[in-house]
Amino acid sequence: MSSTLQLFRQTFKRDLTLAFRRKSELVNPLIFFLIVASLFPIGVSPEPNFLSQLAPGLVWVAALLATLLSMETLFKSDYEDGSLEQLLLSPQPVFLVVLSKVLAHWLLSGLALTIVAPLLGVMLFLPSEGMPGLMLSLLLGTPTLSLIGAIGAALTVGLRRGGVLISLLVLPLYIPVLIFGSSAVQAAVTGLPLDGYLALLGAMLALALALAPIAAGAALRISVSG
Amino acid sequence: MAQALLTAQSLFCERDDRVLFDQLELAVSEGEIWQVEGRNGSGKTTLLRILCGLSSHFEGELYWRGESMDEVREQFLSELLYIGHQAGVSAMLTAEENLHWQCALHPSLDVSRAQQALERVGLKGFEDVPAHQLSAGQKRRIALAKLYMSRAKLWILDEPFTAIDKIGVAAKEALMVEHIQAGGSVIMTTHQDLSSQIPLHTINVEHFASTQREWSE
Amino acid sequence: MASSWLPRWFYQLASPRWCYSITGKLIPWFAATGGLLFLVGLIWGLAFAPSDYQQGNSFRIIYLHVPTAILAQSFYMMMAIAGAIGLIWKMKVADMVAKSVAPLGAALAVLALATGAIWGKPTWGSWWVWDARLTSMLVLLFLYLGVMALNSAIESETTAAKSTAVLALVGLVNIPIIKYSVEWWNTLHQPATFKLTEKPAMPAEMWIPLLVMVIALYLLFGLAMMLRLRNEILRRERRAGWVKELLGS
Repeated sequence: MSSTLQLFRQTFKRDLTLAFRRKSELVNPLIFFLIVASLFPIGVSPEPNFLSQLAPGLVWVAALLATLLSMETLFKSDYEDGSLEQLLLSPQPVFLVVLSKVLAHWLLSGLALTIVAPLLGVMLFLPSEGMPGLMLSLLLGTPTLSLIGAIGAALTVGLRRGGVLISLLVLPLYIPVLIFGSSAVQAAVTGLPLDGYLALLGAMLALALALAPIAAGAALRISVSG
Repeated sequence: MAQALLTAQSLFCERDDRVLFDQLELAVSEGEIWQVEGRNGSGKTTLLRILCGLSSHFEGELYWRGESMDEVREQFLSELLYIGHQAGVSAMLTAEENLHWQCALHPSLDVSRAQQALERVGLKGFEDVPAHQLSAGQKRRIALAKLYMSRAKLWILDEPFTAIDKIGVAAKEALMVEHIQAGGSVIMTTHQDLSSQIPLHTINVEHFASTQREWSE
Repeated sequence: MASSWLPRWFYQLASPRWCYSITGKLIPWFAATGGLLFLVGLIWGLAFAPSDYQQGNSFRIIYLHVPTAILAQSFYMMMAIAGAIGLIWKMKVADMVAKSVAPLGAALAVLALATGAIWGKPTWGSWWVWDARLTSMLVLLFLYLGVMALNSAIESETTAAKSTAVLALVGLVNIPIIKYSVEWWNTLHQPATFKLTEKPAMPAEMWIPLLVMVIALYLLFGLAMMLRLRNEILRRERRAGWVKELLGS
């Protein structure tokens, strides 16, 4: 058992190290997040009242797209340099390594987005009552996005042009998270209780935690065997 | 009679409408080195990938120590060392970091021997250099360092000596002989001529290639 | 295939040849009964069933909309289950079934959406309304399109079949969640919209032809599925002796 835990920790450390050495990939999703959010006022209307109504949904859509954008690299370099083969030939359970990689990835994408989100909230005139709801819902929702995205990344890792395809596979599955996430922010803005939404987001996270690493592991096995 | 480790029975594999091999039989026992032969594209790598379980695109049966592979897969993996075409070396990590993660993945690798292994493959002083700054041969040697750390019973090596100089190859050959004398086995492909001192068993994939197969239903 | 608790026909199904011949025998029956029921249901539904007290005659598109919507969902389930069987028992025929079903399911979803839009125009006054059922159907169509895109992007057929099976299963787990969340979202945003198919106890003269249409479309799309499956079997087994014999080459 301890060796399994050791593997979890080592993989986590390795992926964080890798991420910090590829600095551009680290900040790209964040920049993307900011740019997308600033497109709306430019493209639709800079009128504060109007924007503040849209803000909960806009921030969530931007976060969703930014997460998606960052997913493609999750297994790509490991696939290209053969590390993935080594991973699949480990006697240790594959889902554990997947979980560890997703966790490391989420810390630098989802969590980072959550921290930057209030800035977007301000840019889009989200009422300040909505901020806690925004951060809490992103905190609970983005891990689910990363977990589901990992399945898509695993399925497309062997394909040369997986980028658009992965969005096609994963975006429909993101819809429930988007619905409850943006509703939570909406509720926070109007002063309604958040518990229900957060509980639902938490339930989806629990389900994704239980199933997604297994599905992604199976998908990796299939992709590598092809 | 030495114990049979890995047995493959009536393997069949086709790719892109071409039968790579059919009715291929292979029995690897303790203390044997097997070289898989065949021209480029004849399916050597495919065979190795099937044997170690990376590819499931085949028909036929695999046994590890006489038991069906499906049932003893974990046991098999814990006794396997595989070095593939791609070395499994992350370019952004140093030699040491690479080896440490490999050790976490494969308990059969002895992490305490990592330093010594890097010395043996001539990477002393390069431990802290990210792999992308190393030459192709040096990168390959990071992977080969695992041979010095391995307690695995079976080594499956796909072109391990690409970009490795003569002295390096001789050292690895000696290591393989040591490995089989301790009861291990090796299955490998290589384009280099191996030293004649090595007791070599060979299997040629092309002998099992068939243009036509009578399809059963 | 170590376990023997499964019935014999299950293993017979695994044989493409057996599957080819059994579907060959089933096709005429499916065609005849499906065609007959389709005509009966259509004429009954369009001409004889009483018109709706609120919507008049426009409601009659229900006889296409509801069956296609039901089929689009159950075909997805069929695709996912076939995919799972292919994954677990390495059954080639199951992979072929999954592959044959996907475009039909997508077509059904498109039909359901189109009939929904046609129905929506006189009822709501616009072609598209973000009604819960229509939105779910749209997402279902996206899921189908994802499965098909993945299948065509992967060159190796076995890999494609396995990958799409995993994706279809992930989708299957998600469908109830999507449906629930979309329904909930819909009530939140449009509290009192007029639901298309929510009726206080439809009279028998209305729902019996609907049932006939559902069965008819099951048979007809089952037929289409078998035709596609037979094509797929021939294509994949083209080098097998029996196929060569069959095609006389």
